[in-house]
Amino acid sequence: MRMTCPLCGARDLREFTFRGAALARPEGDDWNEAWHDYLHLRDNPAGESREYWAHAAGCGAVLLVTRDTRTHEIFAVEQARGAGA
Amino acid sequence: MAEPMLKAQNALPQGEALVLGDTRIDVLPMPRMTSLMPGPGHAALAKALRKHHGLDLPDPGGRVSSDEGECLWFGLGQYMLIGPAPSPLLAGAATLTEQSDAWTSVLLEGPLARQVLARLTPLDLRDASLPLGATARSEIAHMMGSLTRVGSEAFRLMVFRSMAQTLLHELKDTLEAVAARQAL
Ligand SMILES: [Zn+2]
Repeated sequence: MRMTCPLCGARDLREFTFRGAALARPEGDDWNEAWHDYLHLRDNPAGESREYWAHAAGCGAVLLVTRDTRTHEIFAVEQARGAGA
Repeated sequence: MAEPMLKAQNALPQGEALVLGDTRIDVLPMPRMTSLMPGPGHAALAKALRKHHGLDLPDPGGRVSSDEGECLWFGLGQYMLIGPAPSPLLAGAATLTEQSDAWTSVLLEGPLARQVLARLTPLDLRDASLPLGATARSEIAHMMGSLTRVGSEAFRLMVFRSMAQTLLHELKDTLEAVAARQAL
């Protein structure tokens, strides 16, 4: 699998580190089911998935990647900075 | 009591480390090196760098050089000023950090240079994606480093000084292997 970093161009997967699913952060600071879900419960999507990846061995940017977990097809890669991260 | 003087020193003995198949591994002199981190937005730094050092701020993957020195793109929100001592007037536009002895620079030059690197980095080293003057942050023998095409057959490699010996060892081993294949 190769990913196209918006800064560096197409790069080999080994330069990137998976940083987890991109989830909407719950409102408020009080503990509730939404926070439990956000912190501990993960779907295992077969299909389109939004994930954070760090270009750790490259430019250092954290990226928001939309891809298909079944085919490894990549739909979009953008910088997480400014994308609500 | 007198302040002890600490002098920055190159992590490796400077000069030629190995020549095989007309391809050389050379430890470069340690230049004055300062990282420039402008934070969000880099317009102020671009203006200050032009004014005080006559250098343009490079785009991602780029390098701008003049007789006075060099400014190298060094990752997200980070540039390396190589050569001149930084003007204190840059400090209003970026965080400046002295890096001279923090990185080690090695030149790999010759007809086998690209074949050697092909064994050590996942980068596409062909002219179309890494033309003369282009720079990249990538893995070099599993170490995070900076690689700049400084000649048609010449590449400057930089890694943290703590990994200097490992870089030299990997380069020598790989050049030996590539040269041995060539001689078959
Ligand atoms: Zn990148």
